[in-house]
Amino acid sequence: MNNFTSDNNTRRSCIVVAALAVAVVTLACLCLVVGAVDIPARAVFDILAGHGCGNQAWELIITQSRLPLVATAALAGAALSVAGLLLQTLFNNPLAGPSILGVSSGASLGVAVVMLALGGELGTLFGTTIGGYLSILAGALAGAALILAALMVFSSIVHGAAMLLIVGIMISYLASSAISLLNFFSTQEGVHSYVIWGLGNFSGVTAGSLPLFATVLLLAIGWSILLIKPLDALLLGNRYAESLGVNLRRTRNSLLFVSGTLTATVTAFCGPIGFIGLVVPHIARLALNSSSHSVLMPCTALAGAAIALLCQLVSVLPTSVGIIPINAITPIVGVPIIIYIILNREKIKYFN
Amino acid sequence: MRHQQMLSTHDLSIGYRNGNHVAAAIMQRLDLQLHGGRLTALLGRNGIGKSTLLRTLAGSQPALGGSVELDGRDVTGYDGRELSRLLSLVYTDRTQAGGLTVKQLVSLGRYPYTGFFGRLDSHDRKVVNDAMEATGIWHKNGAFVAELSDGERQKAMIARALAQETPVILLDEPTAFLDVAARIEVMALLHRLANEQGKAILLSTHDISQAVSLADELWVVTHDRRVLQGCTEDLILTGAMQQLFPQSERKTVAFDPMLGDFEVPLQSAAGYQLECSDPILRHWIANAMHRNGISTTGTAGIITVHAHGNITLSLPDNTTAQCHSVAELLNLLI
Repeated sequence: MNNFTSDNNTRRSCIVVAALAVAVVTLACLCLVVGAVDIPARAVFDILAGHGCGNQAWELIITQSRLPLVATAALAGAALSVAGLLLQTLFNNPLAGPSILGVSSGASLGVAVVMLALGGELGTLFGTTIGGYLSILAGALAGAALILAALMVFSSIVHGAAMLLIVGIMISYLASSAISLLNFFSTQEGVHSYVIWGLGNFSGVTAGSLPLFATVLLLAIGWSILLIKPLDALLLGNRYAESLGVNLRRTRNSLLFVSGTLTATVTAFCGPIGFIGLVVPHIARLALNSSSHSVLMPCTALAGAAIALLCQLVSVLPTSVGIIPINAITPIVGVPIIIYIILNREKIKYFN
Repeated sequence: MRHQQMLSTHDLSIGYRNGNHVAAAIMQRLDLQLHGGRLTALLGRNGIGKSTLLRTLAGSQPALGGSVELDGRDVTGYDGRELSRLLSLVYTDRTQAGGLTVKQLVSLGRYPYTGFFGRLDSHDRKVVNDAMEATGIWHKNGAFVAELSDGERQKAMIARALAQETPVILLDEPTAFLDVAARIEVMALLHRLANEQGKAILLSTHDISQAVSLADELWVVTHDRRVLQGCTEDLILTGAMQQLFPQSERKTVAFDPMLGDFEVPLQSAAGYQLECSDPILRHWIANAMHRNGISTTGTAGIITVHAHGNITLSLPDNTTAQCHSVAELLNLLI
């Protein structure tokens, strides 16, 4: 219903989309230039343009490390944010997010099983060999799929989004408890690599695995674009949506599946990244002054990419000391926004 | 064919099924008809099953027995999209729609007609604009739903139902949270829409006096869960309204056919003959007397009202008293 909003709103949407696109490009460029190794901006540009700059090490860093890093951060941010938007509308709850469903916890549990239970054999292989890497990915996807299957069963029994949300929270408690038990019985090395993974990190995706990562996420984001029409109807609540001809069960299951896939894939590759999925849809709604998904969805994806790139940029700023974990930065961005939203909920339109 | 039958029930039983066993039948053997061009009000006490009846009529809750026929076919035989072109609903549910404009909200009514991405063509836009004009919400079309008053929000939801272009509209207590002006406005709007657009509109309400004055037909759910159906005045004159509440409660609340609403029934031995030519004056002085348990017929004395400030009370012992206000009169009577 993009073409049917008032002119004022349409202009605002265009400005927001343009500003976000500029922000994403700018932040991506900064992320390519800033890093542990000082590479001049001109050299970065030459390498990207395919000219080469005569420094093989620099070329390797840009093409094999920073370029995949930037793509991963942008895609992961967009994916988590879109997942958050889908969940907030599905559960009729502005404070829902990918982690609240229990999907992140499920994926984490899968990763924990691989890292901790099999830690003895795999050791600290995480990130260094393909075998270790693939088993972690498989673990995350299996864990998320388990949670999703449970949620789909519950969604056919439990009516009402709030109840399903509580089921999701309970499931994530179960997963956390299982992870603690695994930690208790596992080796020192296993716990160490699990803790490192849990801090969040966009550099886990190598140039080789980037095509897989990108394909899965882009397909899932594409699917969520197909759900824009029923998402708008869901703003009226389940009963109204149903009376408008929305197939509730199918739509609900699609939304669970898409948001679950987005979350599980990002979690497997980058660790459980908090706050982005919860906060970015709010940033987009406030910027657009609209809840209409036809504009909200693309803006949420762009804003998610921008925020993730910003966090990535901040994480590499103290170049000489090392890299700050992403999960140490996302709350600094996220918490003030959530608190602002809670304090101003009377004035914020989409809350009423 | 203006008052064509749009929706009907045949030997319908409603209630909740527990497994395969009939757990609780709320109402049974209902044979009801809803007519186009008429506003029908569903009256009944709280918890009697009005919402369950509406849900069953809308096909969102399976019937325990019998059938609901909509546009000549069983309501359960339609898929979601077909049904959404025949029947629209208005609830008082909380929504997340505060961040949509009125126009976007009403446009959602076109959902059953638009394509994959919900884009509106020029016909859709015209229907949406007409719906906003018919409900008197056009001037707010660019406003956010969050900025509307309760009454305006309900009008926007009704406009959305209109944009759905269905011959039948069901509303579950659409006036529940509205102030009196908005209640009257919404009821009058629904009556006008039914009459002008030939729609069959059914609403449940607790607002007896509005229902009685504006509904063409009533469905009265009696205290023993039967449904009395008919033209509003016919039902009132045959005492149907008294059956909303059981006999045991008639001492505390009773339908006053003169007033067209429920009120505390008068139980008094004492009564004064009230003589007054101005009907408004008479009404309000009687109101004051009734409130104090004094009847307007009887032999305790005669009250002659010449004007608001000129009331004469004559007692059987031939003494008289002059009163200059209703308050003074009451002081003498009590």
